[in-house]
Amino acid sequence: MTRTARFVVFGIGTAVLVLLLGSAVFHLPAFGGTSHPYRDSTVTAALQRRAPNVVTSINFDQRGLDTFGEEAILLASVLGAITLLRPGKDETQRQRVPNAGRMLQGTRLAGYVLLPISLILGADVVVHGHLTPGGGFQGGVVLATGLHLSYVAGSYPALRRLRPLRWYEYGEAIGMGGVVALGVAGVLAGAGFLANVLPTGTFGQLVSAGTVPLFSIAIGIEVASGVVVLLAGFLEQDLAIAAKRGSR
Amino acid sequence: MSVFAYGTGLWLVLVGVFGVVRSRNLIHTVVCVAVAQSGTYVVLLAVGYQRGAVAPIFSSSSPPGTPVVDPVVQAMTLTDIVVSATVTALLLALVIQVAKRHGTIVPDELHALRG
Repeated sequence: MTRTARFVVFGIGTAVLVLLLGSAVFHLPAFGGTSHPYRDSTVTAALQRRAPNVVTSINFDQRGLDTFGEEAILLASVLGAITLLRPGKDETQRQRVPNAGRMLQGTRLAGYVLLPISLILGADVVVHGHLTPGGGFQGGVVLATGLHLSYVAGSYPALRRLRPLRWYEYGEAIGMGGVVALGVAGVLAGAGFLANVLPTGTFGQLVSAGTVPLFSIAIGIEVASGVVVLLAGFLEQDLAIAAKRGSR
Repeated sequence: MSVFAYGTGLWLVLVGVFGVVRSRNLIHTVVCVAVAQSGTYVVLLAVGYQRGAVAPIFSSSSPPGTPVVDPVVQAMTLTDIVVSATVTALLLALVIQVAKRHGTIVPDELHALRG
């Protein structure tokens, strides 16, 4: 398709879409209004199960099956990306990667100081997901990016030592397996797949809200491992994988 | 006034798709897809907004009973962001493969599929 033809198709499509959506917008409930029926029922359900963070309660309890599917999407896409990024027939993967060039001492210091802090922060966000803003997805990303501060601080070999990839591949399996185990536990307790079967405890305590913290931790492990494996794929592609001499 | 919030989401989706259509670089295309997806976050969050309400997390400063915004759409937005991130990662991996096989990342120069 030529460029002009593409723009014509886009123009017609957009005009129709804007017309339809534009007329639909005026029939939506007014912005900022007080009528939110789903809010009312989910807040009631979350408070019954002693989870102050309603969003986490929805993700890891009320819509647990959806989160299970979402986690499967994450796992599948990490698997797909790693398959696409593996070294090809005419490429080699170097075992030793040269260090980056000159780094500012301040950057290096900031990287190494913030590394443990961000790891603790990530673990905190995962574990307190049912009490304060956060949860497994957010905390997992904080954990994985925290680990990569060692790369920002200028040392890819250090990141490689911090990151035996095999462990993170196991981590992904453990995260996914943990959620499946929680689901099966719900079935065995006679309440259904991923039902919240544990006692819900006291409102606002760390050990409360039943299975929500466990689900959140399993997701945290899965997301952190997945992001580490994914970024490792891209970083290795850039830094360690090279075409064999004379093949291109 | 209230249509502006929904209109912003719609505009983001359209501008993202427009970017995909006029793209001359596959990485630019991937970023445009991410922009189009971010329009859906705005629409979802706008649907759940309530004037004067706080975040749907109860604590001592906002005890149960305080008006909160709709947490369902926020949970959906979280799902949306995760899916968007995975799609972006997968597309970027594909771009790397395209660059290796075809030696170009200009969409118009990719004429035929090659094994």
